[in-house]
Amino acid sequence: MVPLFPALCCSGLCINMTVHIIFLYMFYVLHRHSRARKYEAEVQMCRLEVSAVDFSDYHPLKAITVTDSKARRGGRKGSTSSSSSSSSSVVLDPLSSMLDGSDPLSLFAAVSQTPALPHSISLGRKRREKEEEVGSDFEPWSSKRGEILSRFTTTEKLSINLFMGSDKSKASSPSSAVSEKVRTRLEELDDLEEGSQRELLNLSQQDYVNRIEELNQSLKEAWGSDQKVKALKIVIQCSKLLSDTSVIQFYPSKFVLITDILDTFGGLVYDRIWSMCADPHPLPESFSADDVNDTAKETCLNWFFKIASIRELVPRLYVEAALLKCNRFLTKSGIQETLQRLTAMIRGIGDPLVAVYARAYLCRVGMEVAPHLKDSLNKNFFDLLATFRQIHGESVQNQLAQQRVEIPIYLTLYSPAIHWILQCVAYRAPEVLLTEMMDRCKKLGNNALLLNSVMWAFRAEFVAMRATDFIGMIKDCDEAGFPKHLLFASLGRSLSCADPPESERLSILNDAWKVITKVRSPRDYINCAEIWVEFTCRHFTKREVNTILADIIKHMTPDRAFEDAYPQLQSVIKKILPHFHDFSVLFSMEKFLPFLDMFQKDSVRVEVCKSIMEVFIKHQQEATRDPVILNALLHICKTMHDSVNALTLDDEKRSLSLLINGFIRMVSFGRDFEQQLSFCVEARATFCNLEPVIIHLIHTVNQLAMETRCVMKGNHSRKTAAFVRACAAYSFITIPSLTSIFNRLNLYLLSGEVALANQCLSQADAFLKAAVSLLPEVPRTISIEGKQRSSEPFLLDFINNFLSTLLVVPDHPEQGVLYLVRGLLNMVQDYTWEDNSDAKIRVYISALPLLAAMSQESYLYTIPKVDSNETLYGGDPKFIAEINKLCETLIGQVLDHLKGLGRDEGVRRQGSLAFSLFGCLLAHGDLRNNKLNQLAVNLWNLSHKHGFCDTRTSVRTLEYIKHQAQLADLSHLSDMTARLSLQSRT
Amino acid sequence: MIPARCRFSSAGKMSVSLDIRLKRANKVYHEGERVSGVLLVNSRDALQHQGVSLSLEGLVNLQLSSKSVGVFEAFYNSVKPIQLVSSNMEVVKPGKIPAGRTEIPFEFPLQAKGNKVLYETYHGVFVNIQYTLRCDMRRPLLAKDLSKTCEFMVHCQPQKSKLQPNPVEFSITPETLQNVRERSSLPRFLIRGHLDATSCAVTQPLTGELVLESSEVAIKSIELQLVRVETCGCAEGYARDATEIQNIQIAEGDVCRGLSIPIYMVFPRLFTCPTLETTNFKVEFEVNIVIILQDDHLITENFPLKLVRV
Repeated sequence: MVPLFPALCCSGLCINMTVHIIFLYMFYVLHRHSRARKYEAEVQMCRLEVSAVDFSDYHPLKAITVTDSKARRGGRKGSTSSSSSSSSSVVLDPLSSMLDGSDPLSLFAAVSQTPALPHSISLGRKRREKEEEVGSDFEPWSSKRGEILSRFTTTEKLSINLFMGSDKSKASSPSSAVSEKVRTRLEELDDLEEGSQRELLNLSQQDYVNRIEELNQSLKEAWGSDQKVKALKIVIQCSKLLSDTSVIQFYPSKFVLITDILDTFGGLVYDRIWSMCADPHPLPESFSADDVNDTAKETCLNWFFKIASIRELVPRLYVEAALLKCNRFLTKSGIQETLQRLTAMIRGIGDPLVAVYARAYLCRVGMEVAPHLKDSLNKNFFDLLATFRQIHGESVQNQLAQQRVEIPIYLTLYSPAIHWILQCVAYRAPEVLLTEMMDRCKKLGNNALLLNSVMWAFRAEFVAMRATDFIGMIKDCDEAGFPKHLLFASLGRSLSCADPPESERLSILNDAWKVITKVRSPRDYINCAEIWVEFTCRHFTKREVNTILADIIKHMTPDRAFEDAYPQLQSVIKKILPHFHDFSVLFSMEKFLPFLDMFQKDSVRVEVCKSIMEVFIKHQQEATRDPVILNALLHICKTMHDSVNALTLDDEKRSLSLLINGFIRMVSFGRDFEQQLSFCVEARATFCNLEPVIIHLIHTVNQLAMETRCVMKGNHSRKTAAFVRACAAYSFITIPSLTSIFNRLNLYLLSGEVALANQCLSQADAFLKAAVSLLPEVPRTISIEGKQRSSEPFLLDFINNFLSTLLVVPDHPEQGVLYLVRGLLNMVQDYTWEDNSDAKIRVYISALPLLAAMSQESYLYTIPKVDSNETLYGGDPKFIAEINKLCETLIGQVLDHLKGLGRDEGVRRQGSLAFSLFGCLLAHGDLRNNKLNQLAVNLWNLSHKHGFCDTRTSVRTLEYIKHQAQLADLSHLSDMTARLSLQSRT
Repeated sequence: MIPARCRFSSAGKMSVSLDIRLKRANKVYHEGERVSGVLLVNSRDALQHQGVSLSLEGLVNLQLSSKSVGVFEAFYNSVKPIQLVSSNMEVVKPGKIPAGRTEIPFEFPLQAKGNKVLYETYHGVFVNIQYTLRCDMRRPLLAKDLSKTCEFMVHCQPQKSKLQPNPVEFSITPETLQNVRERSSLPRFLIRGHLDATSCAVTQPLTGELVLESSEVAIKSIELQLVRVETCGCAEGYARDATEIQNIQIAEGDVCRGLSIPIYMVFPRLFTCPTLETTNFKVEFEVNIVIILQDDHLITENFPLKLVRV
């Protein structure tokens, strides 16, 4: 194919010009076709008019002050002006005035909240009066729930025994008397009909949970279908399961599951009775028994009579506790009396574990319904102390022996319940009470279990103040009972929230660590050590932390114990990082990196590295060149980088790149640019798989070159010139390794500009040439965020950008005139554009302003110390002629295209293209030239021919031309305006 | 709801319901008061009837237990019921009741018959004291008569005599037991406690405390057994039977020694009433404290109760 823009001017005209076009633009005059421009004057003209403003009076952001002088005449209009008779008033923001200053959403929420919600099943959300009693600082049961369920599990087989018949026959014949045959037959009965009995044996834990959930569902169903008696039976049967302590290690979880059902039931009954009082209008939240009608009271009373006749102690207790809130309907003091009675009733439960959980449930319900009644909470706790010796009683021992459960494990089963009771008791309790409680605990021998809960539940400050005492008590505890490391873990937890007296800190740490380091089992050890890291980091220096890290490494390395403790080890790192924002200190800890080496599972190691980098990026204030930091972080970043493989997700890559870029940004060798460059070289080698990092490195190096230029104030010495060339070389060899073509193009262009700015002409040439030769490879569609998009807009953007750079690029002495422009345009011509696309022509049109700018005597912009073509050619007529010829060819191409569009659907595009060419000629062409003038007029007419032109744009263009025509040297435009007619749309 | 069908009606199904609604939610009345309420008729179409009548009746039903007499005798010779109150009135004259919901108010004076006394409502095994309202709607040929009964409760007037709180202390050891075959084989134990009163208001719970001071054998369960003692007949021959009303567990498992365990039992409604003594029958109550040892030994301590209404 014949190149359209021959590098060397071919003699004569292009042959393929059509007659049609010839009449449009046959003008072979050697003077410029482009309008001569005085850029500075134009810029001056474009500036907004400067008007003097008295700033003391006026500021755009100042509130508008209306001085209302008419106000006194009375409100004629009855609007805002009439309302204020004062001399001046600040006008209100109309939005905020409408809303009375409060947020509309919260307003609606407040409205809807009052009548509807709070009485519902979600017992957690409480009335306002309760909020005074229980604040957000009270850890709710819901947060304990999951923890208990996940902690107390079993692999043993469980059984559920449900007996839906009347209680009397059960009393006479215990369930074991039912023969095996009958039992299997009854198992098949899958409903809860009257008199049926089900015993489900050999359930796995999951089956058990599912069964309980089924019961919960059938409770709701029974209630929904108005079978209240059946619902009550289900609840009674469920709570009966709580007196069964077989598979004892599952008991806490069982408690959680079953109390869920009880909560549901309590909510249902309460709501039912509440809704009975809703006629004629709903009860107020703070209703008293007097507001309740007789029917509701009778219903409520009926429930209580029914419950009072439940034969067995444990179900009666639990069900009555579940309905505690309903006492509000009957009497004012009902809740208090019932709480006291139930508290006393628990004394009848012989099994200490069952009793303690019953107490926990009672405390929980009590806290929800009547948090101000502290007495029964305290009573519960004192009763608990009184029955504490039961735990070591004979019947418990027998049971444990039978179930083969060891004492330490058995004791931990108590923790959730005692924690909860103590938490309720200690919540906002006066110091005196806490001290008294502690003294009572002390008096009991072998009180490790209690001690643990005290540390867990009491205020951290309280514990911290007496940390030394606690350590003493822990030491006195019996070795065989509750595991000591758990005690230290609890103490550590308190100390990580509150600070003990300063003088005691070191001895506390020493005492605690003496015990912790002796813990044999790596699992127990790390659970405990992890907690104490926080305390150590808060109060001590890197020396102590280092010692602890060393100790952890020592414990966790044998038998690769660390493999099972990644979460804890990770948490250690997470606790250390916030306390060591100075990374030079952090990395100077000898054991820190060896500690990191323990993370040998890839995913975990990367997680840890990421968390370190996040902290670094967040807290590192200024750039660093500290070799310790650099080495360590480079190592960490390399770890992250090396985790990238073919399967890594894009998001993951992005976040890794972000972190690594953050690190690179923080590296600075000050004026030692060469070292910086060599760092970039090293980084390139290290992070070659992460494209964003490579891009960032190229930018860094480009910036380095520009900084050098800055330092040298634009005059490179021989040494710096060599350096910037090295920078250019770095970019030049790095860019091709990128896969994204637009990244490559843009970086070529950018690096070319940087090279040009640094007077590296041949390098700049090479960059730009590389960019041009890359153009044909641009695919027609590219994938953006997973979607295939046309690359055309990006390509056009890039080419326009490229064109504007070309203005300042001097021609290569060995290549022809406008070598790069021609090259680019040839590439554009050869590029396989999309079918039916005007992109090519748009490029041609946008090349015209460039050519116009090139023909000026002095250019719009130049680069200091680089001679552009204006100086090289000095306005040589031959150069101008070359430009003109190019323009002609371009215009010819455009007109050809326009002609081709004259049919069918093309007319709209034709109009728009014609108009943009018109605009281009108007702005850049010398319209004194008649032919050009005629061409412009023809284009105008063409663009209006089919009425697709935006009339408003046309009108404005016309106004612009008229405005321009008033200028002295553009007066010829006024003639033209006469010939430009606005066509009304037909 | 009693659906009634009219076979020859072109409308096919016609549903009518008749209901008695007492004014008091708890349905409790005293002698001399007026039992008032409404009859509620719900009908889809207008309803032809031959009068609606309402009757009030109070009956004591006595039955001899099969234990005291032969089985057949018990069946046939059940003592004649004693009518305490009976009255009847026509509420609506024969006519038509319009379609939809119709409320017909009524009022009955609750007055004993002759020199009878209105005993409290009581549901027992051999003695039943029951008060009912019965509404009958007679309807023309081919339509079933409708009727509805409704029980209401009668409480006697509060007794004048003041309730004396007479606490009872007790202490149970192997030595205090009667009916023991081999006293020597018994395990050692000591249980002490008290009932706050044996003369109790029927509306108030039975309360007290119990302390297991010591026991060689583990405790399995401690229960309160409420027992009714019903006596039927007269001086010449009577039948006296004790049956369990309810059994309430107050301790389960091997409870802590030396710690007081509350005794608490609510007297169930209907199944208890103030202790009653008449010429024909008696209703008395007792409570048993039952201690079951791990080896299934049963220790029972009996306390007669006097229930009153205050």
